[in-house]
Amino acid sequence: MKKKNNLKAWLYLLPAILFLGVFMIYPLIDVCIYSVEENYASIARTYTGIGLGNFRDVLSDRLFIQALKNTFILVAITVPVSTGLSLLIALCLSSIKVLKKAFQTIYFLPYVTNTLAVGLVFMILFDKTEYTKGLVNMLLRTDIDFIDGEYWMKMMVTCLYTVWIVMPFKILILTSALASVNQEYYKAAKVDGASSARIFRKITLPMISPTVFYLIITGFIGAFKAYSDEVALFGTNLNAAGMNTIVGYVYDMLYSDTGGRYGNAAAAALILFAIVFTITYINLKFSSNKVQYM
Amino acid sequence: MKVVLENLTKRFPSRNKKGEDVIAVNDFNFEIPDGQLIGLLGPSGCGKSTTLNLISGLEEPTSGKVWFGDEDVTRLPPEARGVGLVFQNYALYPHLTVEENIIFPLQNLKGDRKMTKEEMHRKALETAKLVQIDGLMERKPKELSGGQQQRVAIARALVKIPRVLLLDEPLSNLDARLRLQTREELRRIQRETGVTTIFVTHDQEEAMSISDLIIVMKDGKVHQIGKPQEVYDEPVNLFVAQFLGTPQINVFEGEIRNGKVRIGEEDVLDAEGREDRKVWVGIRPEGFIPDEQGPLTCRMDRVEVMGRDVSVVSTHEKMTGKCIRSIVSSENRFAPDQETVRFRLKPHKVFLFDRESEERV
Repeated sequence: MKKKNNLKAWLYLLPAILFLGVFMIYPLIDVCIYSVEENYASIARTYTGIGLGNFRDVLSDRLFIQALKNTFILVAITVPVSTGLSLLIALCLSSIKVLKKAFQTIYFLPYVTNTLAVGLVFMILFDKTEYTKGLVNMLLRTDIDFIDGEYWMKMMVTCLYTVWIVMPFKILILTSALASVNQEYYKAAKVDGASSARIFRKITLPMISPTVFYLIITGFIGAFKAYSDEVALFGTNLNAAGMNTIVGYVYDMLYSDTGGRYGNAAAAALILFAIVFTITYINLKFSSNKVQYM
Repeated sequence: MKVVLENLTKRFPSRNKKGEDVIAVNDFNFEIPDGQLIGLLGPSGCGKSTTLNLISGLEEPTSGKVWFGDEDVTRLPPEARGVGLVFQNYALYPHLTVEENIIFPLQNLKGDRKMTKEEMHRKALETAKLVQIDGLMERKPKELSGGQQQRVAIARALVKIPRVLLLDEPLSNLDARLRLQTREELRRIQRETGVTTIFVTHDQEEAMSISDLIIVMKDGKVHQIGKPQEVYDEPVNLFVAQFLGTPQINVFEGEIRNGKVRIGEEDVLDAEGREDRKVWVGIRPEGFIPDEQGPLTCRMDRVEVMGRDVSVVSTHEKMTGKCIRSIVSSENRFAPDQETVRFRLKPHKVFLFDRESEERV
């Protein structure tokens, strides 16, 4: 009887296992293998040896270092800024009464808007062409080239773009987290004479800490995987713009003019994995005594 | 601190625009003497909790005033009133320990009332000792039983020495045995601190057993204020009479005719000097005396033995409700096949209410 049940269980699991196996586990193993095969030639399917040569290549590549730097700057700026702003907006949204639904919808719009469409909007805002200085320049009465100019200007636009794109989801999640806090705690705190700042710090924040923590972790992971936002702003040749990211670098190694370097792509992907893994681990360690699971 | 409510009214706007406003509290007037334990009693939905919120400042009245002593606090926010409030579900901050919960109100004090860490700690411990939870200071609320959580909530409300302590259905989340114990405890804590305390309950027994004064309300109106025994002995109307006392008062359709109280065809009591009219006759269960020559004849249903007393369940064609319950001494003997039972009545246990207005006659 027990054996029969076992068989049945495996049978039920089979579709999922097949899919996961073919599309997740096999590629994962394959990536690891590629990363240690030196000078792999994709057409001849040959390699010269097993070793860490690919990692050495990648880490000494100027373009990879640039991509690494860009990605870290993006993460360091956009994750705290987007989470903080979202929290602020969610707090405001949950305290207004009139037009609450309308504002919630407006704030959620970027989430359902296509990345490239948003890119187009940003172009109108920031891009300098022969015919126009771009809306922002016109408003600020400046003449800055945001898209093809200085590094930090480009980085600023990128961060702005990323923050704007990721906020709707965070606002949505935080608004519902705030709504689920029992109102009696606020009443009790009010009777106890706590100021609004203290109520926020001592009650609201601990109560929604699991949600905030979830958003920070997923925010980090998402930001480390940045690529499409940069393409929307600067086109596919990110190296020329100096705005490449790690995922962009992996893509270049595979498909661009210099592409077909599977070993290097695999090595870069694994380095990204190691970084994300470490950051998430640190996050978990750091926050385990700060996050309150009720 | 004496608490005075003056013409206090609270209306809530109706949900649909054309509907009438809901009047939760309707023209309240009463004075609560300093240092007493007050039970605010009424069926659910009668505006008890709203009244409490008006006193605490969580709600603002539509009209009327709230006085603490000689100070008009009507427009003061809750934190400036110096009230302690215990919520029905305690509302303990789940992420803070018992001690942190109790200290929380102290940390909010400003100006010259500000305390050092040691003072706060000492004060918290003192209050915790008062409610006997000083051994649990490091625990989180979810590691406590319902009764212990209740005590923490009381300690948190008491720690800054409020002018008035308010409790919203404080015992309703406790099991029956704990409820009895906690209500004695509540009484003791109130005596020891001397803080004017108002608690809301729908349980008349709870209110009667520990209150100095009870306020009976229904549909946003005060029906009667008085000492528990007085209210029980002299209810002003049919609602108060029915709401207080277990088993409930027995109510008969009756009338006053020729100076006698009549139920059906029987004159059961003298009512000299009263004009003839239709009335409700309310008889407390303990107001019946079995007597073979008694004027009130009921059909016998069953006898429930309770040891010291006997509860006689019978019926009468003029009664309202399902049956008549009378509590008599167990020295009375009843034959098993007895079909009727006759009673004499104790006059001070019989109340007459006007048939229309339901006011006491």
